[in-house]
Amino acid sequence: MSTPQPPAPQQPAPHWQGAPGVSYTSPIPVVRTHLGHALASEWTKIKSVRSTMWTLGIFLLLVVGIGFLVATQTEDEAFTDVPFTVPAFFGLVLGQICLITLGVLVVSSEYGTGMIRTTFTASPQRHRVLTAKLLIFFAVAFVVSAFAIGLVGLFTQSLHGDTTGNEWGGTVLKGALYVSLLGVLSLAVGSMLRHSAGAITAMLGVVLLPAILPAFLLFSDSMRKIGEKMLDYNAPNALAKIFGLDNEAGGGNAQLGLLVGVTAAAIVGAYVLLERRDV
Amino acid sequence: MIEAVGLTKRYGDKTAVYNLSFQVRPGTVTGFLGPNGSGKSTTMRMILGLDNPTSGQVTIGGHPYRKLQNAARQVGALLDAKAVHGGRSARSHLLCLAQLSGIPARRVDEVLGVVGLQDVAKKRSKGFSLGMGQRLGIAAALLGDPQVLLFDEPVNGLDPEGILWVRNLMKSLAAEGRTVFVSSHLMSEMALTAEHLIVIGRGQLLSDMSVKDFIAQNSAGFARVRTPDTEPQQREKLTAALTEAGGQVLPEADGGLRVTGLPLPRISDLAHGADVRLWELSPHQASLEEAYMRMTQGAVDYRSTIDQKEGLMQPLPPGAQPPAPVPGQGQPGWYAPPPPQQGGQPFAMPPGMPQGQPPAGPYGAPPAPGAPAPGQPNPYATEAPAGPQPPAQPSAPAHAPADPNKPEDAR
Repeated sequence: MSTPQPPAPQQPAPHWQGAPGVSYTSPIPVVRTHLGHALASEWTKIKSVRSTMWTLGIFLLLVVGIGFLVATQTEDEAFTDVPFTVPAFFGLVLGQICLITLGVLVVSSEYGTGMIRTTFTASPQRHRVLTAKLLIFFAVAFVVSAFAIGLVGLFTQSLHGDTTGNEWGGTVLKGALYVSLLGVLSLAVGSMLRHSAGAITAMLGVVLLPAILPAFLLFSDSMRKIGEKMLDYNAPNALAKIFGLDNEAGGGNAQLGLLVGVTAAAIVGAYVLLERRDV
Repeated sequence: MIEAVGLTKRYGDKTAVYNLSFQVRPGTVTGFLGPNGSGKSTTMRMILGLDNPTSGQVTIGGHPYRKLQNAARQVGALLDAKAVHGGRSARSHLLCLAQLSGIPARRVDEVLGVVGLQDVAKKRSKGFSLGMGQRLGIAAALLGDPQVLLFDEPVNGLDPEGILWVRNLMKSLAAEGRTVFVSSHLMSEMALTAEHLIVIGRGQLLSDMSVKDFIAQNSAGFARVRTPDTEPQQREKLTAALTEAGGQVLPEADGGLRVTGLPLPRISDLAHGADVRLWELSPHQASLEEAYMRMTQGAVDYRSTIDQKEGLMQPLPPGAQPPAPVPGQGQPGWYAPPPPQQGGQPFAMPPGMPQGQPPAGPYGAPPAPGAPAPGQPNPYATEAPAGPQPPAQPSAPAHAPADPNKPEDAR
């Protein structure tokens, strides 16, 4: 053909060959979707990937394994002024990293694989998906960590049970709440950063830096105040307070409160970014 | 029905889609064509509410996607094949999507059967081939039995049986009264599947019409005329006569002429009047693929060039000649009409196509005009496989050794 026809970009009325007037209607009844559907979906998701089994398996191994070891190596007198759940503390300091990893992976693995586009195409109500993820993950993390801490407490009590008046039920709930909230914070950070390695690194920084930095900050007078605050509120120290390892009053409530605040702020940030950004 | 109005998307200072307006109607397969990077996928993502348009809007059935109640029951989409968590089994993947939209679990097994993945339903999708991934993506799109379906490059990675299956699936879905919107960069594929075409290039609308009209407008025929090779002055004489009569004449590499704007009998009469003998006068039709390439050639973002291999070369000994570059390739406009006996594409032949052309490969690009002589170093030149020369065609052989120094088609 010799005359290259210029493309006609502005065709006012493309004439259609008669599209049939009937349009398709599915025989399957359409239900109005709600959070319950998203929760069921996220439950299927979290239990159908191996990373869940791995991270939670290692978490249980660390908390219960180290807990049992510590319990067998301690004397009865050690539990006169600390709860029977203290052996779980040592495992939790390591095990919280597993929950951080799982929390990040729950959301960032969807971004990494492109699954998120499929998810948000199926449910353009993005906030509902994130809510379901947060709730399901929190429930799983809380149940598993409470189970692990409780198991260690029961075991320790059965070994050193003659100490009377040792109330340790509260430490199970608070300890489980603390590590689960760390996981939820990781999920929110993962949703904002959308990158597994980046989000896990960021969370390790959040957990470890306040525990390490005070060692340097305390040398300088001007930084001493910040250093002391970090020392007081860092994650391992917060867990230590929850398990009554230092004899101050409060039992780590202030530390728990700070984590609740930080997590809430991160969740708000995650929701805002989720609705605004392109996927 | 999908309706886009003034859709624009900018990423920083790069405009991916600009002022795109179109409608996709139910009951037909609508093809969405454009070269790589022309904005097809961006448009698809904006339709699905994944990307927010910078300006303009797109609605499905009158509503923006993100306002749809139970979107999966109204719109099914295959975006990219591997938008799947590889660690999850095919069935779990579909099950979590079904639960999200309140679709009963038995529907999952149903669509697994439809796409033929029931035997690997329990396997993790990480190990799936590209074709199996496409099938899983199509299963996810069909899950909600939706009224509107979007497929982004659905035949990528499928075997011929799979391609045929997708083609028939899309046609049958449209025949049920659904809206089917399929993107592709293969004109040949769209010509077989779609009834309506929306062509974009560099994010802008190039064409929006039915395939029938597209063929009529863009694939106009031409006549091939050859005068005796031995008498070049006859050729000049005929060219002058034809141009005077209002025809457009393009010389071809092998000495023939490509004439448009004049019917065959008139060309014959003019030749007779000018006292020129003709060796050949034959009707030809430019293929749809060619028309598409010509339409989009100005809008191609990524164009390959010849690998000069200069980094690997030894310095030439004095007096040695560097190999002549392959004419055509890598230069703007090399998609322009090839010599007709090579340009035939088996796809999208409108009825009444002249027979007796050597078959080109199904996706073989037409070779550049003035194809390189055999033996010339040209490792990457895309050349249609040389078919058997039909005895009925008295013209010069298709792969006549062309003089590399001869000027290319004057255009």
